[in-house]
Amino acid sequence: MYGKGILKSLKVTWDRFWDTYTEDISWWLRGKKRYNSAEGIAHRSSKDTRGIFTVQYPEEQLLLAEEMRYVPFLVYDEAADGKKEVRCTSCGICAKVCPPQCIWIVRTNDPVTNRPVPVPTDFYIDMDICMNCGFCAEYCPFDAIKMDHDFDIAAYERSVYNLEKLLKPASYYAGIRPENAAREDEARRVKEAAKAAKAEAAATTPAA
Amino acid sequence: MAAPASTQTVDLIARFPGMVTADTRPGFTGFIVNKENLLEVAVAIRDEFGYDLLTAVTGVDYLAENKMEVVYHAFKTTGGAGLIFRVQVERVDPIEVPSLTGIWPGADFQEREAWDLLGIKFTGHPDLRRILMWEGYEGHPLRKDWKEAFYEEEVKPFKSRWPDGQHIYSEFKNPFRDNLNFPKDFDPEKYEPENEKDLYASLENHTLKGEGGLKTDQIVVNMGPHHPSTHGVLRVAVTLEGETIMGLKPVMGYLHRNHDKIGERNTYLQTIPYTDRLDYFNSMSNNFGYVTTVEKLMNIPVAERAEYIRVIMAELSRIQNHLIFIGMLMNDLGTMYTPSLYVFEERELILDIFEAVSGARMMCNYYRFGGVVRDIPDDILQRIKDLVVERIPAKTDEMERFLNDNEILVGRLKGVHLINAEDAIKYSITGPVLRAAGVPYDLRRADPYSIYDRFDFDVAVRYNGDMMDNYLIRFDEIRQSLRIIEQALKQIPQGPINSQKPAYQVRVPAGEAYGRIESPKGELAFYVVSNGKPNPYRYHVRPASFVNLTAIEHICRGAKIQDFVALLAMLDIVMGELDR
Repeated sequence: MYGKGILKSLKVTWDRFWDTYTEDISWWLRGKKRYNSAEGIAHRSSKDTRGIFTVQYPEEQLLLAEEMRYVPFLVYDEAADGKKEVRCTSCGICAKVCPPQCIWIVRTNDPVTNRPVPVPTDFYIDMDICMNCGFCAEYCPFDAIKMDHDFDIAAYERSVYNLEKLLKPASYYAGIRPENAAREDEARRVKEAAKAAKAEAAATTPAA
Repeated sequence: MAAPASTQTVDLIARFPGMVTADTRPGFTGFIVNKENLLEVAVAIRDEFGYDLLTAVTGVDYLAENKMEVVYHAFKTTGGAGLIFRVQVERVDPIEVPSLTGIWPGADFQEREAWDLLGIKFTGHPDLRRILMWEGYEGHPLRKDWKEAFYEEEVKPFKSRWPDGQHIYSEFKNPFRDNLNFPKDFDPEKYEPENEKDLYASLENHTLKGEGGLKTDQIVVNMGPHHPSTHGVLRVAVTLEGETIMGLKPVMGYLHRNHDKIGERNTYLQTIPYTDRLDYFNSMSNNFGYVTTVEKLMNIPVAERAEYIRVIMAELSRIQNHLIFIGMLMNDLGTMYTPSLYVFEERELILDIFEAVSGARMMCNYYRFGGVVRDIPDDILQRIKDLVVERIPAKTDEMERFLNDNEILVGRLKGVHLINAEDAIKYSITGPVLRAAGVPYDLRRADPYSIYDRFDFDVAVRYNGDMMDNYLIRFDEIRQSLRIIEQALKQIPQGPINSQKPAYQVRVPAGEAYGRIESPKGELAFYVVSNGKPNPYRYHVRPASFVNLTAIEHICRGAKIQDFVALLAMLDIVMGELDR
């Protein structure tokens, strides 16, 4: 019969239409919030999703995967006296590996000896050029530069972030990437323990 | 991985004594053909030796040796390794090489590209105009002595970034803060672009005359570059007689950024995220092709677990590409948004997985030389399994129920001829379009790369070459990809995810490599020449969209203008890859 295929098509559309309402009603009957709740958003991004699929940004925001990466930031540790201990040593690996070459680092030189000091005088990232590839974070040997989760950074001016604007505390990093931060902290702790043991061994060997 | 030396099994030297010599440079294979004998040898390669598919034509500028080289890669549609042959000419303008368009019409656009970017004149080419650069452009940007407007240094990393990296906008170094370079004595008032005149002249030359059946004037219509259905900024100039297309010329390059040149400035690693931006629907496949090529050059193994992860990701990418294809085809046919939004749901779920493993939904940047960036945790493998076993098969069935029997759709697609097998091979078409024309040529089977030889799957093939077959074959391929992922999920071993130590500077020995993969749109190949330095000497992308589009003129002449948008949609082009 001519037109049977169209009816079949319309049946699919009808089912989808029906789902949008029955899903909402079934959530309501179960006393759960389908909208504006983490559970509802997670359900809508899962394999069981039916009915309305969209997430109403900015009222609702998608749950970000831990690995989600947006523009980089610099991590500092908070010392006991509240001082910022910048992890970056201005070794320049991120600037070398950066594909669009948007990282600019001014290395600090000791005014007396003129030898490099492992801390950046200034650090610029041109966020308009950054392509969010994550190489800087991946190849940083000091866990000093990391990718952010803060994605709504639209601005009226061009965005060249300097050191001040790039610095964020380690606690913030642990907040957005708990698993990565825990793993890296553990690795660093092990490394430092090994280093300390070695130093101790080195200190004791001449005596023995 | 096919051994490059296997190309030598064809003894061209014995067949053409004195005309062909073997390429003996270290790391290079294939044959050097005398310029004068190129056509003769090419005919023999196609007809006697059976290399019927000319996939890539490109040039390399050897500035130091004062040579310009044109490299041809020919393959058999029955599978197996390819044949590399090349022509070397002195690098003195005009550089002239005979055109192979008479033997393989598929060389058309690639020769135009080589002319545009490298300034190699192909004598006997029917329509040798610039293809990617804009009107009035002077010079040939891929030549080694050409410098871009904000030129800083020959290769990255730039020295100004560290250790004294005071930020400066590059345009501030230019007194007028723009990137325009005018030739001396240039007067913009008197300038008339040649390209437009050339375009219409060429359109007229290639127009069928008086075969439309209707006694009417021919009119020229420009579709695009901002036509909503040309998949981006593609402009097409068509000559119509009534509703019949009599002549057609695509105009492209609106999204051109000279990806090849960027790749030559970059280090090997830095190019990986740039390949994401080629075919932006399938960044995973693009990464795959590029790292496969460089791994071939470096001659390193890939970690076992990483191989499986790569295949899973590439096949997921294929599924979402074909879903998008179906949705966008429906948009092009006028079923605005309902089917495309249905497929977007499934695509979003796949992109969620990409985001969870790589950090980004579209610009994944996930593959590295020797492996991948990070491991997939078990919960994400479970999510992939749920999608692949439960959700996507059911939703694919639903899409088929939704669309395949619909009389309006069948009326639009069935029997509208796209291309037959013979022409598809001639025009170097690869991918689903070639397979829908009845040629079971799938690189995963024909020239297996990675670990595709371990999986049990069928090459999707259909035989009519009409639009309906081209549409249905996408569903077949989704099903086969699902099969591959299911097997990969069962077989995936534990273990390291990279065979190499993480290094931001890789050592690549001198030589050349041509790596190709079956991307969702066809054969995606990279041609990389290394001279042992940290940056590639020549980096060339052979995108499926660009080469497939070569046939659009042949496909559309004689068709109805109403079908044009659908015919173009069937080639599944994406401008990021086409314009590069």
